[in-house]
Amino acid sequence: MMKPAVAKPMPLLALAIALWCATGSTGTRSAAVQAQTFLGADQPLAQVIKRGEYLAYAGDCIACHTQHDGQAFAGGLPMVTPFGTLYSPNITPDSQWGIGNWSADDFYNMLHTGRSRNGTLLYPAMPFPAYTRVTRADSDAIFAYLSSLKPVHVPNHENELRFPYNNRSLLYGWRALYFKEGEFKPDPTRNAQWNRGAYLVAGLGHCATCHTAINALGGSSDAKAFAGGLIPMQDWYAPSLTLNREAGLGDWPIEDIVGLLKAGTSPRGAVYGPMAEVVHNSLQYLTDPDVRAMAVYLKTLPEHQAANAAAPDGATQVSASVLAKGSAIYQAQCSDCHGTDGRGKPPGYPPLAQNHSIEMQSAVNAIRMVLNGGYPPETAGNTRPYGMPPFAQIMTDEEIAAVVTYIRISWGNRGQPVTVGEVNPLRQAPLFD
Amino acid sequence: MNGSIRAKAIVLLATALIVSADARAQLASAPDTIGARVQGCATCHGRAGEGSRDENFPRIAGKPAGYLFNQLQNFREGRRSYPPMNYLLAYLHDDYFQEMANFFAAQRLPFAKPEHNVTTAAATTAGEQLVHRGDGTSGIPPCVACHGPRLTGIQPGIPGLVGLHSRYISAQLEAWRAGTRHAKSPDCMQEIAARLTEAQITQISAYLAAQPVSDAVLPAPQGTWKTPLSCGSQP
Repeated sequence: MMKPAVAKPMPLLALAIALWCATGSTGTRSAAVQAQTFLGADQPLAQVIKRGEYLAYAGDCIACHTQHDGQAFAGGLPMVTPFGTLYSPNITPDSQWGIGNWSADDFYNMLHTGRSRNGTLLYPAMPFPAYTRVTRADSDAIFAYLSSLKPVHVPNHENELRFPYNNRSLLYGWRALYFKEGEFKPDPTRNAQWNRGAYLVAGLGHCATCHTAINALGGSSDAKAFAGGLIPMQDWYAPSLTLNREAGLGDWPIEDIVGLLKAGTSPRGAVYGPMAEVVHNSLQYLTDPDVRAMAVYLKTLPEHQAANAAAPDGATQVSASVLAKGSAIYQAQCSDCHGTDGRGKPPGYPPLAQNHSIEMQSAVNAIRMVLNGGYPPETAGNTRPYGMPPFAQIMTDEEIAAVVTYIRISWGNRGQPVTVGEVNPLRQAPLFD
Repeated sequence: MNGSIRAKAIVLLATALIVSADARAQLASAPDTIGARVQGCATCHGRAGEGSRDENFPRIAGKPAGYLFNQLQNFREGRRSYPPMNYLLAYLHDDYFQEMANFFAAQRLPFAKPEHNVTTAAATTAGEQLVHRGDGTSGIPPCVACHGPRLTGIQPGIPGLVGLHSRYISAQLEAWRAGTRHAKSPDCMQEIAARLTEAQITQISAYLAAQPVSDAVLPAPQGTWKTPLSCGSQP
């Protein structure tokens, strides 16, 4: 559902914010009052700020722009990339280190073009290839919200990128290949709900940042949009949203998609790994109509052909001894919760049978769940989550390969067997920042 | 749409809803208990916190609820660095932590036999000396001054020191020294651990892990004795 206010430009608001910011970070309150008089009664600034806060949740700004134990939006979170470590900047209205001297135009240009206020090209760790879809009105609202926060006087941390990646002019090439500037254009053949979902998924939600494979240059191609990929450095696999054998949502009831995105749990499984963070910090705060719109849109993504559609039946490739070993471990360690039939006790103990997350081509997530366990995020829709224990400390690589193989080929699951070589490197996968 | 088609559609829809409800109803739900929810802790701490044979992990059953709550918070906030725990607790909140802490604090389970003491008698004697009398010259108070004459701990925030593996105890003292374990400020244990030598840590750990422990061991009620230090974790 498109909100009518979203589509309307708000020149008065922009002016108000510009004036308000011009007074500097210390005069926020009086400036806000000043802004109010410009906006008039029909567009109270408080309401715009509230909408900006909501949109900042939708964009999950806080996740990257806040350090563990740090002040919200003050930046400093180290982001390890294959090219070196980037540190997120302070986006509180501090005039020295934050965006205190920015105008609404500067902010929109940054989101829209991937260039900072002084013209510096941003590294695509900032998901501007998605944020470029955000409307001017939404950008202004987010800016109003960020400008309303208490300035935090915390300096920014220099990036630590290796040569040659520390040369920002390389980004010209990257942008030519992978960045297409432009606000979201609604599809007139679809209804408002679908378009709202598409806008949120493609823009602020920046879902494709993880759910489209990243190549060696850190770019992703449109042709593979939402087709899934391994998230660099995190060693979690972001499943395909278009493949029914992964997280492809074609055969999911809307209710289950909404539950998974908003509560973090559903009768088909719970979120884990990086998606737990996304639900915890972002999606749970979205309204039901917005999450539903995203679900409606996601369900209509065109289905891609499975890369392993022609792969042989996994079960025929497994030796009897591996299967026996996997089965014995499963009965001893897993069946109490997930059931001897793999159907689980949903939603607390998720089903493993016909669970796309288990069957999908990459076994990375299934292996990591056994190694590391996990608690889904605590949300309003799931206040006391059930947890799965880690097994890394009590199982060998052989045992984990055997039990994950068993789970991937049992109860009609069509996954491929897992080797010891796939398990071992994941023991070193990062767990916490 | 005429009336009869509409009626049929409603019947079909209702049937579909009932069938799908049935398909879900056949599956048992996970028990709606806190015990079922904390099975995420089981492989290291035991199903009800009784501990495991793995010397790296502590028994948590029967520890003071305030102490357990503080640790859950410390792991989530990164004051205590142990990635597998930091990861598990990252997106859980205080009310739920309190419920988990209360659950494990209320468990009354038999203790495992004390660890066979592998260090020398001399080292154990030194450990006994440190635990019961401290080391005045280095400014190390005796453990018993806070953790109690029988090392049972005291409500709400100071844990008992018996029934733990020596490797676990020494790893914690080392972590405090190295700055990978912190408690709420003022962090008394950090101050004390910083004054300990490695040899003293080994002596203390070996002595504590060798102590006989009765199943009746419980943390003393708050105020049973006056603790000599002002610590952030003990109000």
